[in-house]
Amino acid sequence: MSDTLVEIKNLAKSYTRGDQDVPVLRDITLNIERGDFISLMGPSGSGKSTLLNLIAGIDKPTGGILRIDGEDISKLSEGELADWRASNIGFIFQFYNLMPVLTAYENVELPLLLTNLSRSERRERIEMTLNMVGLSDRMDHYPNELSGGQQQRVAIARAIVTDPTILVCDEPTGDLDKQSASDVLNMLKELNSTLGKTIIMVTHDAHAAEAARRIVVLEKGELLGEGV
Amino acid sequence: MKIPFSYIFRNLWTRKLTTTLTAAGMGLVVFVFAAVLMMDAGLKKTMVGTGTLDNVLAIRTGVETEIQSSITRDQAGLLEAMPQVARSKAGEPMISKETLVLISLIKSGQEKGSNVVVRGVSPMGIALRPQVTLVQGRMFRSGASELVVGRNINGQFDGAEIGQTLRFAQREWTIVGVFDGGGSAFDSEMWGDVEQLMQAFRRLNYSSVILKLAQAESFDPLLKEIAADVRLTIDAKREQIFYEDQSRALSLFISILGNVLTVIFSIGAIIGAAITMYSSVAMRTAEIGTLRALGFRRPSILAAFLGESLLLGLVGGLAGLFFATFLQAITISTLNFQSFSQLAFSFTLTPKIVAQTLLFSMLMGFVGGFLPALRAARMKIVDSLRAA
Repeated sequence: MSDTLVEIKNLAKSYTRGDQDVPVLRDITLNIERGDFISLMGPSGSGKSTLLNLIAGIDKPTGGILRIDGEDISKLSEGELADWRASNIGFIFQFYNLMPVLTAYENVELPLLLTNLSRSERRERIEMTLNMVGLSDRMDHYPNELSGGQQQRVAIARAIVTDPTILVCDEPTGDLDKQSASDVLNMLKELNSTLGKTIIMVTHDAHAAEAARRIVVLEKGELLGEGV
Repeated sequence: MKIPFSYIFRNLWTRKLTTTLTAAGMGLVVFVFAAVLMMDAGLKKTMVGTGTLDNVLAIRTGVETEIQSSITRDQAGLLEAMPQVARSKAGEPMISKETLVLISLIKSGQEKGSNVVVRGVSPMGIALRPQVTLVQGRMFRSGASELVVGRNINGQFDGAEIGQTLRFAQREWTIVGVFDGGGSAFDSEMWGDVEQLMQAFRRLNYSSVILKLAQAESFDPLLKEIAADVRLTIDAKREQIFYEDQSRALSLFISILGNVLTVIFSIGAIIGAAITMYSSVAMRTAEIGTLRALGFRRPSILAAFLGESLLLGLVGGLAGLFFATFLQAITISTLNFQSFSQLAFSFTLTPKIVAQTLLFSMLMGFVGGFLPALRAARMKIVDSLRAA
């Protein structure tokens, strides 16, 4: 029996520029199973990042259905959506998006501040997560004291520390050297296979896309097809 | 607020130069604001300290100052006989009939003259002012052309030091002592024997009468008794209230001038804070988007940036206040419009001024930071993340 986590049906997104409607996504229908690892590929302007933003709940569709774990997130208010993201989504960005004035420990702590965990519970989780990404000896380092690969690992720790259902990754290896990129992809694969995290990754890089179980290709806002 | 304080504090600390310059601008305004309040507080403290709680000062009805007032010997005698007046151990009524004249003295090192109060007091007048103590020389003698000078007069005017003489009212007056008025307006006066001064100035009437109440609650009965006697065209006020009223015009002038300066300066400081905060928002657009994506709501972003500008204001406030504390060492001498005489007072810092000043500095931070914080809170997540 299939266990659909993300249900996308005839999804559309357009922006208004002046008095013109500019469609970015058209008639997208796609299901993502729980525990899947999917790569969204396509040229620039194909709408892959927009689709990722919609699934992550940081943008709203202009048409169609978007259900995640049975919940139509397009119906949630802005505040409800913020709470939903805090407990369901882990973000990994191309440029890591760490707070430069906070240490690795404090960066990982950020999403936990939105939970009801006590300080000692938070500490336990942060230490465990930073240990998982191999940075237990870098907890007190600021982002500018870490390499790109290490910063992305801190970002991964921040993304998984709340144990979210879905990890959304926007070009997670785009700013990394070959070795660091490979480490990050291995880490994502590990999170998918051992912890069962559902991962949706946008990438330009065909090599990075191979880390996924499925590859979905978009072009000019439409779904071209998918492969394994 | 869920965004940690360390994030707010460290963002200010990271931009040390901008933070320092903006806080310095705010500190300057706070310094001016605090200086005005301290000046006003110093003036009030000096004037209120001039009065004693259970002393009553009587002047002629319809006038506002002792200089303008005239009380006949008969009227003074009637007051002396009233039962509400305290008696000394020797059974004498504790009342001082006094005369006030203004003389022009040249300030040391200057050419322009300033008006100085010369107060003629009786021996009881000295006993009625417990805050006044002789610190140098001796007290003037009854029947002699001698003067003692307040500590703000001593050495500040030509001829106003012990052993020197001043010529006025066709007599030579020898300075024989210096007194400390305990920070009151008496520090800016010269005292001599009332009868000698009245003779010298050919005065028949006193300027004012100061009396000590037998009991604190005797004040209202005293007023009733004065009102009931048609011969007494006299207004009586508690001494503290009288001197507080004397500072009203100068206090108002200081407040208006100070507030106008503060408002003008604060506009500049608020604009400075707003520019700093707008640039902070612009530099951290991607961070704002990230925080929102992680689940922080708009009010948290608003609070974080407002917290940052409030902290900026607080830093400026503390800096301004720190430098303002040094003003306490300064005594200023100026003309009291109501008495037309010189009045010296010190800048006085009170806990209320500290609280007002810090609140004012944080208000500047709030006003300067509100619009930038609102801009930060209203950013769309997708747009802000694109700035990375």
